Amino acid sequence: MMTETTLASPAQAGGAPQTTRPPLLSMSGIDKIFNGDVVALKDMNLDVREGDFISLLGPSGCGKSTALRLIADLIHPTSGRIRWDVPKEPGALSVVLQEPTLMPWATVEDNVYLPFRIQGVSKSKVKDDIRDVLALVGLENFLNSYPRELSGGMKMRVSIARAMVTRPKLILMDEPFAALDEITRFKLNNDLLEMKEKMQSTVIFVTHSVFESVFLSDRIVIMAARPGRVIEEIGVDAPYPRTEEFRTSAEYAAHCRRASDALKHAMDLAQ
Amino acid sequence: MTQTQDLAIDLEERARARRIRNEKIGRWVLPVLVVAVTILVWDRIVKVNELPHYILPGPWLVVEALIEDWGMLSDSLIVTLRITMGALTIAVLGGVGLAVLFTQSRWIEMSFFPYAVILQVTPIVAIAPLIFIYVDSRMVGLLICAWIVAFFPILSNTTLGLNSADHNLRDLFKVYGATRWQRLRYLQLPSALPYFLGGLRIAGGLSLIGAVVAEYVAGTGGSASGLAFRILEASYRLNIPRMFAALLLIACTGVVIFAATSLLSHLLLRKWHESALKRET
Repeated sequence: MMTETTLASPAQAGGAPQTTRPPLLSMSGIDKIFNGDVVALKDMNLDVREGDFISLLGPSGCGKSTALRLIADLIHPTSGRIRWDVPKEPGALSVVLQEPTLMPWATVEDNVYLPFRIQGVSKSKVKDDIRDVLALVGLENFLNSYPRELSGGMKMRVSIARAMVTRPKLILMDEPFAALDEITRFKLNNDLLEMKEKMQSTVIFVTHSVFESVFLSDRIVIMAARPGRVIEEIGVDAPYPRTEEFRTSAEYAAHCRRASDALKHAMDLAQ
Repeated sequence: MTQTQDLAIDLEERARARRIRNEKIGRWVLPVLVVAVTILVWDRIVKVNELPHYILPGPWLVVEALIEDWGMLSDSLIVTLRITMGALTIAVLGGVGLAVLFTQSRWIEMSFFPYAVILQVTPIVAIAPLIFIYVDSRMVGLLICAWIVAFFPILSNTTLGLNSADHNLRDLFKVYGATRWQRLRYLQLPSALPYFLGGLRIAGGLSLIGAVVAEYVAGTGGSASGLAFRILEASYRLNIPRMFAALLLIACTGVVIFAATSLLSHLLLRKWHESALKRET
């Protein structure tokens, strides 16, 4: 039953057929061992192509966040390698974490300006980019607000705006909506897909929500714990743009069932 | 039913507003009242017991001394203020500078932090005589003493602040390829600001204490004498009203320094930091 779902390769996902999209990044034979004996990740292989929306889905302890941190180059693999197929220039990679991670002393505008500031780009030069990306997340009127004045959902929008302002090739998202209420989360899911299309970026999205992963991604990578590893990959071949109708369709329900079964299998393996 | 409910809510609201208003007034009126009562009791005790002014002068005598000796006392006040402000400035520069060095290199921190602690825990009155032996200029000696007392809270608070930058933000800076300098400038220094300001509030008071204590130890007079020397001098001459007047000036200086550093802290943090935010309820 599992094998039938593993190789599904969605033909119409995104714009171009997935297999013909240019490669962006590949992880091959990645092991990550912490403190000499804790195997966080074992023999992970993943090919990321431009325009992919990949979800890493699995129980806690399956190494999905570790995988993300490896790609972000925040930690280094114990063995194996990560190869970038495009030049990794500054601003090519950005992250959104579970916490909005905003600088409390800076205004919304300055928070979004941060990636440019680190690149040494003057603010006057990117003023329009900042405005545009904030308009995209619906916060164009909050340029001069401080993070404490915003709700949880709005803070996360600023965080996403900051990640997108440099038009990165790849955005890594580590359970960004886990702490939000369901209504806010649905809204942000929709907006995220819209923004991804506009910015033509690639997303790797860590989540423990089956529903979220099916709604958002064209590829779901199921991971198991102890040791953290990839056990299968599911394709979600529903076309984009996906809207609220997709959320209530029979197709969505079927994909959710498949992903749930695979996740259950992953949980069984870990025991 | 609803009307009585509304009425109840209304009454409750009004009671709350009244309570807040009373508290606001009380914050100013009560301390002033306490001072007034204290002065009155002081005055009565002196009058009723017919205490001689070289034991306990009445409050009016102190005010008189303050006005009469204002020329001399104000000169001394300026000297004390100069030492205090000088020491505080060096404490800020030295404390923040050392804290930045410490966070940039663990080796430097390991080498020098113990000495910072030793300087802090050794009573200044024990070091001061030595300093005055080796340092020729009295002013420089006083500055060094006041600095030793004042710099530690700034150093330790700023170090703590620099190290407590949000680790997620650190990761973010790393992902964006920030240099060490950028991380310091845009992440660690702003994170450390509330801690630094807390240290500054303590150091402001301490530098005044340092200035006064050092002058007690230095003990020599002359034209450039601070308030501490005026107190010593007045005590030799049994001029108790002047002692009180000088003491009053020192206390006021301390209060002004505290108020100024608190105001600075409020102005810098009011937009974003928890400590400066007013809660609605």
